[in-house]
Amino acid sequence: MTDDSAALAISGVSHDFGSVRALDDVSLTVPRGGFTALLGVNGAGKTTLFSLITRLYNNRSGTIRVGGFDLRRQPSEALARLGVVFQSRAMDADLTIRQNLEYHASLHGIARRAAKLRIAQVLEDVDLADRAEARVSALSGGQSRRAEIARALIHSPELLLLDEATVGLDVKSRAEVLALTRRLIAGHGVSALWATHIMDEIEPVDDLVILHRGRVLRAGRAAEIAGGAGLTQSFLDMTGLAA
Amino acid sequence: MSAPLAAAPTTRARGWLIAFSGIARRETLRFVHQRGRFLAALVRPLVWLFIFAAGFRAVLGLSITPPYQTYVLYEVYVTPGLVAMIQLFNGMQSSLSMVYDRETGAMRTLLVSPFPRWFLLGSKLIAGVIVSIIQVYTFLAIAWFWGIRPPVWGYVTVIPALVLSGLMLGAMGLFLSSAIRQLENFAGVMNFVIFPMFFASSALYPLWRMRESSPLLYDICRFNPFTHAVELIRFALYMQMNWGALVVVIGCLAAFFGAAVFMYDPQKGLWARRKGGPA
Repeated sequence: MTDDSAALAISGVSHDFGSVRALDDVSLTVPRGGFTALLGVNGAGKTTLFSLITRLYNNRSGTIRVGGFDLRRQPSEALARLGVVFQSRAMDADLTIRQNLEYHASLHGIARRAAKLRIAQVLEDVDLADRAEARVSALSGGQSRRAEIARALIHSPELLLLDEATVGLDVKSRAEVLALTRRLIAGHGVSALWATHIMDEIEPVDDLVILHRGRVLRAGRAAEIAGGAGLTQSFLDMTGLAA
Repeated sequence: MSAPLAAAPTTRARGWLIAFSGIARRETLRFVHQRGRFLAALVRPLVWLFIFAAGFRAVLGLSITPPYQTYVLYEVYVTPGLVAMIQLFNGMQSSLSMVYDRETGAMRTLLVSPFPRWFLLGSKLIAGVIVSIIQVYTFLAIAWFWGIRPPVWGYVTVIPALVLSGLMLGAMGLFLSSAIRQLENFAGVMNFVIFPMFFASSALYPLWRMRESSPLLYDICRFNPFTHAVELIRFALYMQMNWGALVVVIGCLAAFFGAAVFMYDPQKGLWARRKGGPA
């Protein structure tokens, strides 16, 4: 069952690495204009799921629809609606932020003149307008992540995928990147799927999907899932990690 | 906070052209930023031309073989081979860059573009060939001052040959990059691919010379695609066509590129099935 009105609708997706089942019958929905957190410990299958959504891995079972477009049947339309911030750095360290953004704009068929305007906009949004000519290798961790977010936004995607976007950042930079993402989502009207293993990054009003050992354990409003015990305790109880 | 722009016109021909020019611009920028790479690409063949050729000239005798109409100096004979050598190393450099991109994650951003994977890889390939042709003409300009002066129109007629041989060697590099997991493994490519390909070819000595010393080696050289790239360039530089070399180069180009696209395709490729991370 898929929902065409959703930014992302995943239904019955499984994925194996040889004999190891990485994802098992995963179904989830990211509503339009919302922030959905995908919570799971390392190895839960978050990155594998992202690799399937971005078509880096082939999806052999179930369906993935981005903005109503089936990833298998209409990959170009689906991928054009996706902006991705990968867990590891994905920008060219030898080039400047502007050169990187120009390159990524071209990968989405955006003409140079339109790209120039768009780059100015997104750099302003991520507060890096004054660092446009800086090489990526010269950026701090936080700046680098903000540049990655700018890159992901360059083609005005409908859905932003952020795979542990705060990993490796200090507490201050982490808070800044998260706040920036929430602000951008509100401002741009895009939806976001935020993969994380850090409970603090999830707010009670967020939609939450708990992924564990390749299976969706719970999905719903974070406050409801947390219940009276709190999110951490509920998560530990649910996953059996408390024992 | 800025308002989002409309979705990009990715399905229009203009969008494809923009994507190609963006990929080509990035490759050129990377090349310009790596001045050492440009110098290394030039120094390597120039060392062969200035030093090795001078030594070999005294040792090697060359008979009159097509496309040459008369006896030629060894430097003249070896120049097309060195041109192909530039393209071979450039193809491998592009391959190295693909492995680097994969290790750093930059490859993922390319592969999640809405354009088809064959187009993205083909664009990268063509961009690499453009870079290699810049290197080749710089080398040929220096060689001209060294007395290596093919017919003036040869500099024009060699362009299609350079494009084809560059594509073939680049596609081979692309294919190899899909099979190499880590940057450290690339040294093996140097030892097991580049050097054998270069030395077991007609780049440095005519094949009849090779047959005199070892019939087996002669056969290896004849089946080496690099030999055919060298001969295609050699003939084109003297405004002639080597049809056999053309067929082999086009065939190998199709085979290597097809294999590379297959390997980079998440639905079929081997690397995607590995247990490690994608791309």
